[in-house]
Amino acid sequence: MHNKLSPFLKGVLVVGFLFLYIPIVSLIVYSFNESKLVTVWGGFSTKWYASLFANEQIMAAVKLSIEIALASALAAVVLGTIAGFVLARFKRFPGSTLFAGMMTAPMVMPEVITGLSMLLLFISMQQLVGVPSERGFITIWVGHTTLCMAYVAVVVRSRLLEIDQSLEDAAMDLGARPLKIFFVITLPLVSQAIASGFLLSVTLSLDDLVTTAFLSGPGSTTLPQVIFSKVRLGLNPEINALASITVLVVGVVVLLANYLMLNAQRNRDKAIAAAMRESGAHS
Amino acid sequence: MVETVKQAAASAQGAPYLRIANVVKKFGDTTAVDGVDLDIRKNEIFALLGSSGCGKSTLLRMLAGMERPTSGKIILDGEDITALAPYDRPINMMFQSYALFPHMSVADNIAFGLKQDKMPKGEIDARVAEMLDLVQMRKYANRKPYQLSGGQQQRVALARSLAKRPKLLLLDEPLGALDKKLRQQTQLELVNTLEQVGVTCIMVTHDQEEAMTMATRIGIMSEGQLLQIGSPAEIYDYPNCRFTAEFIGDTNMFAGPVVVDEPDSVEIDSPELGSRIHIDHGITGPKGMQVWASIRPEDVHLDVVPQAAGPNVARGQVHDIAYLGSFSVYHVKLASGKVVKSMVAANHWHENSITPPTWGDTVYVSWRPDMPVVLTR
Ligand SMILES: Nc1ncnc2c1ncn2[C@@H]1O[C@H](COP(=O)(O)OP(=O)(O)OP(=O)(O)O)[C@@H](O)[C@H]1O
Ligand SMILES: [Mg+2]
Repeated sequence: MHNKLSPFLKGVLVVGFLFLYIPIVSLIVYSFNESKLVTVWGGFSTKWYASLFANEQIMAAVKLSIEIALASALAAVVLGTIAGFVLARFKRFPGSTLFAGMMTAPMVMPEVITGLSMLLLFISMQQLVGVPSERGFITIWVGHTTLCMAYVAVVVRSRLLEIDQSLEDAAMDLGARPLKIFFVITLPLVSQAIASGFLLSVTLSLDDLVTTAFLSGPGSTTLPQVIFSKVRLGLNPEINALASITVLVVGVVVLLANYLMLNAQRNRDKAIAAAMRESGAHS
Repeated sequence: MVETVKQAAASAQGAPYLRIANVVKKFGDTTAVDGVDLDIRKNEIFALLGSSGCGKSTLLRMLAGMERPTSGKIILDGEDITALAPYDRPINMMFQSYALFPHMSVADNIAFGLKQDKMPKGEIDARVAEMLDLVQMRKYANRKPYQLSGGQQQRVALARSLAKRPKLLLLDEPLGALDKKLRQQTQLELVNTLEQVGVTCIMVTHDQEEAMTMATRIGIMSEGQLLQIGSPAEIYDYPNCRFTAEFIGDTNMFAGPVVVDEPDSVEIDSPELGSRIHIDHGITGPKGMQVWASIRPEDVHLDVVPQAAGPNVARGQVHDIAYLGSFSVYHVKLASGKVVKSMVAANHWHENSITPPTWGDTVYVSWRPDMPVVLTR
């Protein structure tokens, strides 16, 4: 319709971007602030980065968060892929609608409720069978896995629905048994969806505060929990430094992933163009 | 109907290599395949032809083992395979979408089935090379499927389905994904390849030209039933029902009762024609029975000079003319409103020094009494 944005739309766009990015930019700038007062510029310094790395509480939380994120993502990918496969390939079995609904429930359920119900479950389990003996890594891991596997299942399912099912039929026709087909044909075809499900799970888990709050114990504090409790006591330049590092890491990872994907696409396009040229030249 | 099919099959020379015995497949309330009996000889190329949704693919999938028949038996080379899993059957299929594994090279695609059989590596390599040569794709062994054109993909799919030397090869719309020009060229190429390896083959298609060109015998399917089985010429010249007559080629169909029933001739009264249809051979059926007479457009003569009124002649106006290169099809509208098609060679008028009739001209259609085919259903 319009090739050029009207000045009004341009203005809205600029304001929108400023609104999104000014806080992040100011956060990064103030992480290099000499002064302890977050609102006053006291000169350039990297001392908050040094003190961040020296802070054992934060470093322990970082380590725990990364461990939980990787473990949850791993479990979520395994369970979510199986669930997604069942949702996509076994269309009609008794209770399939219920299963599909329950599978995606953790995505739409308020986290407070998920967290609370899990807490109640763990407490009664502890009383009945003595497991889990305390709240900590295991309980958080279970909670995050539940949440993340729903996302993985959805991503894997939609990818599976795109794939021509006759590929699996063809493999069976050529003599492969169902389990083999799953590993040799289906899994490679959904590997990209699984990878993005894994990354999504890592970010969801790293970021989760509410469910974690219900499921963590005294000895296990995750990074979001530490940040939250510190910020509640007042703004803190160390946290600014931590946040800046996070922004940097996330930015680099996203750029790298984009670059790799673009590259793969470009190679593919080139190959297709070459094939077309050749077959054109032959006929 | 089933009886005639059985007789035709029994009279076929040699023992059947594949026997499909009264196979039925129901999906809930719909009957996709309704009591099909079919015998296939060794090394035959058999085409299942029918309109969309008539159950061709379902029948093929039952042969491949992807669907289990509701009832009936499938016997291949003396072995009852009705309950055998797809991965245990000595049958391979070429899928309509080719179903090449996108993450594997051409060579790996062809080797896939051989690897499932735990064939030694050396033998696999030799067989893959042989298959690549067979379809002239050796140069492309290391390509991925998306790096190939449609015709090349089709050849790889064929090589993959032949690699295990199946007892029976199934082809679901083998050329359906190719454009028309490529399809005609590929038809003969495909037949040559199949004859070269000598494989028994059932193909499914809804393109009658493809079936006529490629197959040794054709089975006409409609609503889950096999209506007629025969060679392309038999099916064209002697259709056994209206569906086949109208589905294969073009025809003029007249309905009416039998009014004269002699041992060596019959006459059918056709209100649409405005006269009788005289046929110079007897039929089995009582006088007064409702029948149909089918006359191919190439058997209908077109005259501009008045013809004596009588059976097998009618007067009409040229309603439409379709010029198709070496011949033209005249659509002649009779007094009843019925349109009769007549195929006329392009040089017919010139050779007989006649001015070709044009739109609105009065013309006469007629045919020899041995031309109509009488159909009772
Ligand atoms: N899995 C299924 N579940 C329910 N109905 C089915 C199933 N597969 C096929 N059908 C029905 O069976 C009938 C025959 O289908 P089939 O796919 O065999 O037709 P076809 O002759 O191959 O048609 P086309 O030329 O369009 O491929 C159709 O009415 C179809 O809707
Ligand atoms: Mg079909």
